[in-house]
Amino acid sequence: MSRPFIPKVVTANALLEGDVVYLTADDRWTRHHHEAELIEDEAHGQLRLIFATAQKGVVVGAYLADARPGANGPEPIHFREVFRTRGPSNYRHGKQEVAAR
Amino acid sequence: MYRYNDFDEAFVRTRVAQFSQQVARRIDGSLTEDEFRPLRLMNGLYLQLHAYMLRVAIPYGTLDSRKMRQLAMIAERWDKGYGHFTTRQNIQFNWPKLQDVPEILSALADVEMHAIQTSGNCVRNVTADHFAGAAADEIEDPRPVAELLRQWSTDHPEFQFLPRKFKIAITGSPNDRAVTKAHDIGLRMVRNEAGEPGFEVIVGGGLGRTPMIGHVVREFLPKADLLPYVEAILSIYNELGRRDNKFKARIKILVHETGRDEIARLVEERFEETRAEFAGTDQALLAEIERAFAPPAFRVAPTDAFDAFYKADPVFRAWADTNLAPHRAEGYAIVTISLKAHGATPGDATAEQMRLIADLAETHGHDEIRISHEQNVILPHVHKSDLPAIHAALSRAGLATANVGLISDIIACPGMDYCALATARSIPVAQEIATRFEDLKLEHEIGPLKLKISGCINACGHHHVGHIGILGLDRAGVENYQITLGGDHTETAAIGEKTGPGFAYDEIVPAIERIVRAYLEVRSEPAETFLETLRRVGHGPFKAALYDAEGTKDAA
Ligand code: HEM
Ligand code: SF4
Repeated sequence: MSRPFIPKVVTANALLEGDVVYLTADDRWTRHHHEAELIEDEAHGQLRLIFATAQKGVVVGAYLADARPGANGPEPIHFREVFRTRGPSNYRHGKQEVAAR
Repeated sequence: MYRYNDFDEAFVRTRVAQFSQQVARRIDGSLTEDEFRPLRLMNGLYLQLHAYMLRVAIPYGTLDSRKMRQLAMIAERWDKGYGHFTTRQNIQFNWPKLQDVPEILSALADVEMHAIQTSGNCVRNVTADHFAGAAADEIEDPRPVAELLRQWSTDHPEFQFLPRKFKIAITGSPNDRAVTKAHDIGLRMVRNEAGEPGFEVIVGGGLGRTPMIGHVVREFLPKADLLPYVEAILSIYNELGRRDNKFKARIKILVHETGRDEIARLVEERFEETRAEFAGTDQALLAEIERAFAPPAFRVAPTDAFDAFYKADPVFRAWADTNLAPHRAEGYAIVTISLKAHGATPGDATAEQMRLIADLAETHGHDEIRISHEQNVILPHVHKSDLPAIHAALSRAGLATANVGLISDIIACPGMDYCALATARSIPVAQEIATRFEDLKLEHEIGPLKLKISGCINACGHHHVGHIGILGLDRAGVENYQITLGGDHTETAAIGEKTGPGFAYDEIVPAIERIVRAYLEVRSEPAETFLETLRRVGHGPFKAALYDAEGTKDAA
């Protein structure tokens, strides 16, 4: 029996800054996980990944990451992806710095 | 200090110009990421978890104030005001923007620095004893040889695509502060029966997925034969190393699979050929380099001021007891500046701190600075009469933590706070352990103890050779920490042994505390170190403290 599909978001790093970014349903790249498109269908996920991978001038290293629906939009599941949404633990750098502004 | 000649200068400048073009072509779309990636890695530029990371080599850990100030300037202008010193005597900048990197490389070239060969399957930054040129136990300063190796290996046409990365460490002292036994090649200076200096050559050590202690392939190699001998080792490895399997590609696997004796035989055979090809130019070059490393003119002056302070001021005394090491020159000391303030990120220094260190080196330290593989900064040549002033200045900058060699002097790799390969975080674990033992006021009581943490099996934090090692893992989507005990990074090197199942993030600090309390209980006397106790009593009491039902309760 095949396992149920775990929903995904498409994530990558921005080419110029290296920032963690997510693909939205309307084909934008956002810094915010909750704005990402939550992909609930495996075949659609593959299509979105191909779309993202083709954006070579904008992002690098696109991949699909597990996510789940939350009150505010998609939430990450694995702790690595949680860290990627907020930046390092030792300083308020990266996303935390931007959020604090 | 070694100064670039015209060739070095032109070489580094050409590289910067090439890379500027490559970055421009990546940004305008004429290069794809697949084409660009190897080019950026050749210039030390990685893409990490949250940003790019630029790794800059500090050859054999040696800097002067000019270089340190430039690193501070780079940190401020193109990064977030700090830099991270690593176990491989590199500095990493964690937040550069892609389009700024050519300018950063150009600023580095202005002070004779670069990021070449800080990535890729080539000979990486040659590391050395951080007390080089100063240590009381030193036979000779190993840095001229390290510089010779750097020049020889940089862009060496035969050794740019080795089966895997290649790391060489060198020490001029029989006491090993460079972890020579855990490198692809380790060179330890010794004397032969006639009293002449030469090298013990160790091959096939390494950490990572398959940790191994290197084997001695030559007990005594005359100094003059070093370059042809190293070239022979590289050439055998280049030919026979396992290119078919990335996990078996390091020279340690070749030595393990072929056997030490056979490797030694092959190397000796090849050495006969390489030696014939080296017509002595390397020795002429070495003589020139040696002149550049001439020791500074040491002062002769009284040390009364130091003695008086030492007697009168307990804070100064505690710092002097832990952070100073014996110098070869009368009246001098080696100062280790701890980058491990309790709760700070091991190895990080702010731009202001870098500038202060540069100032101190210039005014009181013959303009010499070293970076240690233990992620601290060293002023190698300080006259004792200057120590009270240095201590006062360091205190004001938060740099006078008296903990060198103690439990809070932790080596920690960036882990999952920065590293794309990590399986767990290391930095917050290091921060919490240091803070815990500071609160308990136990660390001076515990005495010398090496605690080392890596955020994944690659072992960049040297956990295998820590007296206590911690390895961060991912167990079913949660951070889990495995403990090893009994590792040793010195000339009596050993790989630590796993204690048993790992600990969750919130259990790891209490677990370390239980180990340490068990040590305090079973040591024969306060002077018996953690490692000595462990070697005497074995792992039993520590495992019991970690895993027995009663011990499993949080010691807090
Ligand atoms: C952040 C980017 C880094 C990456 C991608 C990286 C990657 C790796 C990899 C893949 C290995 C295993 C090599 C092998 O066994 O073949 C390794 C080992 C090692 N790295 Fe790193 N590392 C990084 C950062 C660091 C840092 C920050 C340090 C120092 C704090 C460091 C020092 C070392 C050391 C000492 C080893 C083990 C020695 C050995 O290979 O035998 N690395 N690294
Ligand atoms: S040990 Fe792992 S987590 Fe730590 S720096 Fe090396 S590759 Fe990254």
